[in-house]
Amino acid sequence: MFRNNYDNDAVTFSPQGRIFQVEYAQEAVKQGSVVVGLVNKTHAVLVGLKRNAEELSSYQKKIIEVDSHMGIAIAGLASDARVLSNYMKQQCLGSRMTYGRAMPVDRIVTQIADRAQTNTQQYGKRPYGVGLLVAGVDEAGPHLFEFQPSGMTQEMVACAIGARSQMARTYLERNLDQLNDSSRDELITHGLRALKETLSQDKELTVDNTSVGVVGLKHETGKVESFKLYEGQQLLPLLEALERSDVGETKEGETMEVDS
Amino acid sequence: MNHFPGTWGRPRDDVYGPYDSSYLRSTGPKAHTQSPAVTGTSVIAVKFNGGVAIAADNLASYGSLARFTDVKRLRVFGDAAVVGFSGDVSDMQYIDRLLESMDIRENYSAHGNQLNAKNLHTYLSKVLYKRRSEFNPLWNHILVAGFDGEKKPFLSSADLLGTTFSAPHLATGFGAHLAIPILRRLFPEERPIEEITKEDAIKALKECLKVLWYRDARSLDKYSLAVITQEGIEVQEDQQIEAQSWAFAETIKGYGAQTV
Repeated sequence: MFRNNYDNDAVTFSPQGRIFQVEYAQEAVKQGSVVVGLVNKTHAVLVGLKRNAEELSSYQKKIIEVDSHMGIAIAGLASDARVLSNYMKQQCLGSRMTYGRAMPVDRIVTQIADRAQTNTQQYGKRPYGVGLLVAGVDEAGPHLFEFQPSGMTQEMVACAIGARSQMARTYLERNLDQLNDSSRDELITHGLRALKETLSQDKELTVDNTSVGVVGLKHETGKVESFKLYEGQQLLPLLEALERSDVGETKEGETMEVDS
Repeated sequence: MNHFPGTWGRPRDDVYGPYDSSYLRSTGPKAHTQSPAVTGTSVIAVKFNGGVAIAADNLASYGSLARFTDVKRLRVFGDAAVVGFSGDVSDMQYIDRLLESMDIRENYSAHGNQLNAKNLHTYLSKVLYKRRSEFNPLWNHILVAGFDGEKKPFLSSADLLGTTFSAPHLATGFGAHLAIPILRRLFPEERPIEEITKEDAIKALKECLKVLWYRDARSLDKYSLAVITQEGIEVQEDQQIEAQSWAFAETIKGYGAQTV
């Protein structure tokens, strides 16, 4: 029944120096559907693949706006993510209230990391079963952070977590040098293509199962471009742009073949 | 001396009459600060083209006694703001500790999200309002000088009730009566701030300090002056009011030991 003697609670090390409950929590992240995040010089983009439990049900939300300058994408237990996002929303409002300032992204990420870490060191608690990608802008520009149930956080230029996310990461690694200088729309397209890589043969991106969140700095003024969530029909132009870029690539290949 | 330890160290009843033990009463309503103890007098500040200048004398009075003559009532916060305190000196020191710990907390951030003067003023006004709502006010009137988020010169006040007020020139305490009229005459509303140079502002402040030294009985001729510009903050402490002329005092009649 048990994999071993050391996974009954989250506070006990195994003799190999591992904490199995934390590792199991990280498995929960891998079960969640994939989300991708990327940044360039001005924007941070979150892209997610939504799942519906059954044909008749609605799709589970993957991207949540935390504040006008920040959003998160979730992979894993959605209910745990809701707890974390509510906390983040409160902290961001608190910052606006007491300082009249938008919460710096690294600050809020450190705060949720501290909460998650406590859950791995106190008896009777369990780690969060969710991984987050936190995208936001602050005085230092756009940021993307990865958050794991262990309480570990890292700032990333591009990242993907969830089921089959390795395919997306491979795409991102391959196109890394294009990301930084891309435009806002190109960055979204890169995100959607990374997401597309993870799909199994019989699936495709539709307006129903895709979710895109964008936040950044306006090109002309340098002011914050508020977090915008694209869902449903609003996704049409983004998905069309993705299709165009795909066609453009294959066409290029074809013409070269024909010409030779 | 008798054999009752409770009476030891007290004035003898047979010599001074019975001890008024109502001073030792521990029951009854709890009373917070009803009046300040050691106080600083006016703080004055002026906005000019590209910055703000702020000044306060170096005196802490105990009632009408000039008790401490080297108290610095201007506090530099980071490289962004100067806070000037009038009112209770111990409450000033408490707020100073709050600001110190906040400064340290802010500097943990690797991304350079520094609090600006406006953020600081919002925070301080919230602290003051919270304390007045607990019927335990911090007995201060504070001026915050620096720059706001748009890099424009910022000057605003907050008092012990949490009331906030902003103007191109501000003064607290006696200065609100004596310095403001002078500043309004020198820098009338219709004169744009762009016309006021740094030198104009400093000269005006020195003039106001001199008038305050002449007419405010709780003031001192030693003062501190801070100038905040985009280049940084210059603080001059232990300045002396120069070119004093007490000739006008001859003409003052109507009180004191005058026979005429």
